[in-house]
Parts: sequence; C-alpha cells; structure tokens
Amino acid sequence: MTTKLTITSQIQKIADEQSITLAPLVDDMVLLDSGLDSLCFAILVARLEDLLGVDPFTASDDVSFPVTLRDFVVAYENAAKCPSLTA
Amino acid sequence: MPQSAPRSLRDWLDDGESAPGRHIWARHASIALDDLAHGSSLGGRALELHGRSVLVATSHQLTAALALIELDGVARRLVLLPPDARFEHLPAVVADAGIDAIVSDAGASDHGDLAVPLHVTCSPVIEPMTVGRLAPHQTEWVLFTSGTTGAPKMVTHSLSGLTAAIKRSQNRKDPVVWGTFYDIRRYGGLQIFLRAVLDGGSLVLSEAKEPTASHLVRLGKRGVTHISGTPSHWRRALMSSAGDAISPQYVRLSGEIADQAILDNLRAFYPQARIGHAYASTEAGVGFDVNDGLEGFPASMIGQSGDVQMKVVDGSLQIRSNRTATQYIGGAVAALADHEGFVDTGDMLELRGDRYHFVGRKGGIINVGGLKVHPEEVEAIINRHPDVRMSLVRARKNPFTGSIVVAEIVLKEQPESGGAGAQVGALRREILERCRAALPQHKVPVMISFVPALTVGEAGKLARPHA
Repeated sequence: MTTKLTITSQIQKIADEQSITLAPLVDDMVLLDSGLDSLCFAILVARLEDLLGVDPFTASDDVSFPVTLRDFVVAYENAAKCPSLTA
Repeated sequence: MPQSAPRSLRDWLDDGESAPGRHIWARHASIALDDLAHGSSLGGRALELHGRSVLVATSHQLTAALALIELDGVARRLVLLPPDARFEHLPAVVADAGIDAIVSDAGASDHGDLAVPLHVTCSPVIEPMTVGRLAPHQTEWVLFTSGTTGAPKMVTHSLSGLTAAIKRSQNRKDPVVWGTFYDIRRYGGLQIFLRAVLDGGSLVLSEAKEPTASHLVRLGKRGVTHISGTPSHWRRALMSSAGDAISPQYVRLSGEIADQAILDNLRAFYPQARIGHAYASTEAGVGFDVNDGLEGFPASMIGQSGDVQMKVVDGSLQIRSNRTATQYIGGAVAALADHEGFVDTGDMLELRGDRYHFVGRKGGIINVGGLKVHPEEVEAIINRHPDVRMSLVRARKNPFTGSIVVAEIVLKEQPESGGAGAQVGALRREILERCRAALPQHKVPVMISFVPALTVGEAGKLARPHA
C-alpha cells in the first residue's frame, strides 16, 4: 500500500469511528476543513506511527505543520526517505 | 507587585491616559469601552447587586466581560461560570459560594429553578445612563479549576493578585490589540481580558465552534498585535489556511508544555514576533514567562527571591507569590497552599543540563490538548469488562495535542494461540465501545495493547510513569 493510501484509509477509518462526515480527500483539501478535529489528527498520527514507524512531526524540529492533505502525505514520504527518522 | 494596585476594573477604564476607540470585539457583536464609562449593560441594575455574591452565568463571553467590568468593586464576590459547566453542579456552586444573585444573558439556560433571589440580565447593548456609585467593595473573584473529576473546584483570587503579573506598557500611543484562543471565563483567557482592560488596549474574543481560519481572519481584520493560546491552539493555527491572516508582535503560549518544535515553527512563521511561553495555573497564578525561544526554563529561576519564589519538591514545581489563589471554597477540600504559602502545582520537572523541562503531571494526570484526564477514571471503565484483570492508562506524546490516552490491559486469561487475533480484535472493540459510551471523546484510549503483566510497586499500587 502506498503511503498516501495508508493515510487516507486511516483518515476514513477514524472518521467512521467518530461518526464524522468527511470532505472529499483531494490533495488540496485543507486538513482543518476536512471535518476532523485536533484529537482526530492526534489519533491519526499515533496510528500512522505504529503502521509506518515514523511520526515526522515529532521526529524532526524542521517539519512545518501541514496545511493540506498533500503537505501531510509529503511529510510522511520525506520521513520515509530519511532512515534516521524512522524507528 | 503591580505599579499601583487597581481599585476596580471600571477605575482602570476611566483612567484618563487610556486611548479612545477601545473595543471588545466578539464574532457577531462588539462594544466600545468608552460607552461603558457612561452607561450600563445591566439596565442600570448594578446597584441592586451591591455587596452580593454574584454568579456570572452568561452564554457569551462578551456579556461576561461587560458584567465583570460593571460589577468589579460593586459585588462582594464574582463567580465566573466556565462555558462547559454542567447544570447538575449548579446547586452545589450556589450553596458553596453563597450565591444570592445571577447575571445571565439572552442565550443562557434558564436558571429559574435555582434558589437564588435576584436574576439580572446583561445585554451586549450599552444603554447610556448615569450610573450611581456606592462604597466600593474589594470584590473577591472566584474561578473554576479545569478538568478534575466530579464536581468542579472553585478557587478565590483578588483583583490585585490576578493582575500582579501585568506590566503596563511604557508607550501608550500604539494601543495593543489583544487576541486569545482561550475563553475569558477561565484563568488563561481572563489574564488576557485583564491585560487588555488594564493596559489601555482592545480585545478580540474567541467563539466556541468557530473554525480556526475564520477566527484568524477576524483577528487579522482587527489588527491583533498580541495573541495568546495553548500549544495545541497554535498548532491548529499553523495548520489552518489562514495563519498568515495575522501579523502579531507578540505570540504567547501557555496552558500546556511548549515543546521546541512548536516554538521553532512559530518563530519561522511569525519572524517579526516575540515568542514567549508562560507558566500559569488557576491555583498557582502566573508563575513566569520564558522569552529565550527555548523549551523549559533556566534552572537558575528555582530558589530565587523576588515576587515569585519557586522550589522543586519530589520533582513537582511549587510556587509562592502574591498571584496565587487565596483558597478553595466549598466541599471538603484540602488547603491550597502549605504552611509556608507554597502551592504545589503538580507539574513534574526534570533537570536536563542547566534547564528544567516539564515532563507531565503528578499522579499521571494526562493533558490532551488542554483537557485533563485522570487515568483512574478510564481504567475504572475498562476494568468493568468481565475479561479484564487490570489496566494501566497513560499518556503517549503527540505532536497535535501534546498527549493522547493509551491503555495497557492484562486479561484474566491469555488468549489462546489459535484464533488469538480475532478474539483480541473483538475484545478491543468491546472495550472501546464501553469507553465511548461512558467517556468524552478525549478520554477514550486511542490505542489499546494487551500485555502479560503490569508493574505493581511495593505499596501495591500500579507503577505509573509521569504523564
């Protein structure tokens, strides 16, 4: 599964668990407009750390906070390219 | 000590040095502070509240702000009801705080059932009128502590204690416009409200449920210069598409541990701004500000003499100052300070090099985006499942909310090796369903792992890591 697909399927799963109606998961979607709240993102990042072995937002001080879904996916893709960040 | 102890909020507003054009802006309404000097938001009924113990139970922050300004120095006691107060706790609040008057607004719930003789409505429209004055009271302010289990705890403060950390700016020609992500009916937000009133500034209020981007655009439109929130608020601001709608001179973080990542991100995003993080709590008051851009604080601050004295006892920060609350009220509650006047904050410190770092809360209390979670209340729900022997709920670090709640569970019987996956999956779902039914969302464990055993200490208690 690609990183992006892992991320979007986890977003969908969390939205289902929390009974949230999601905006369409397109690249330009602003994350805060997706319907997910801070706690949902906290859950998402924790689950992705277990699945992908990295939390790019904690692992490096240089990572900016993501605005769009694309930013979010890129943060994980970049972290995967940097072996020192993965657990 | 402040430069001169404030007599009442209204006296500060009437201060001749203050710049004209000051406002408090809410999302859908605003008021000019000058109007309040010659008018009333209480229909001229402030004098009826003279000497009373008044519960300020408004649905909007703007009306709460107006009531506070009009009643400080008039009421004997002002009890500020937080936005998430539960109705079933109100009779105890009324009894414990000796409430004999309620100020509410048009949108507030009906408090007619409460045994309170006087009800006064506060309106966001100021009616011009001559407001009489009686002998001023040193009003006692009562705030609710955040996020404990069961009935909320109330603490008392004086206006001089609440404002002791506020330094009036030298240059009053460039008026400050304060903004905050907090609600002003809690300690962190109240500090910002008081800063705006005392320092000749204006204030942009937050509103519950308003999208972050819309709030930021509104802050930008009002030209916010100074703005405060928790690290979680700021992460949301940076993640919104409207972080660049504001261009503040001062960015303040408090209420949660400010880590290096959020400090660095804010410095990169708002290069023109001073970035500071502050330590404050409802009980301990404003402790200190850290303005060197680094997480934690210099160890040299511990043990210094001065307005705020701090010590570390068993890893926990203790503070003594004229800014701390004076006492708890109601119920069978412990003394707020020890015999030397130190308040134990329950915030645990670790010395790394020449700086102290906050590592969590005493007793394992978990802070999820500013909301406190007692592990025991979550464990109690989990332990009710017939297959569970014991559980440990603890914090896991998280870049979006500071911490999240995770649970480790020991089952009465280890799952059989064949078909264990399905069995464990079903159990996990059952336990989570129970938690979701019984607990607010932030208290539900995000992860559940099944472990063969948990460490139990010599006193027979679960070994808890600091949250």
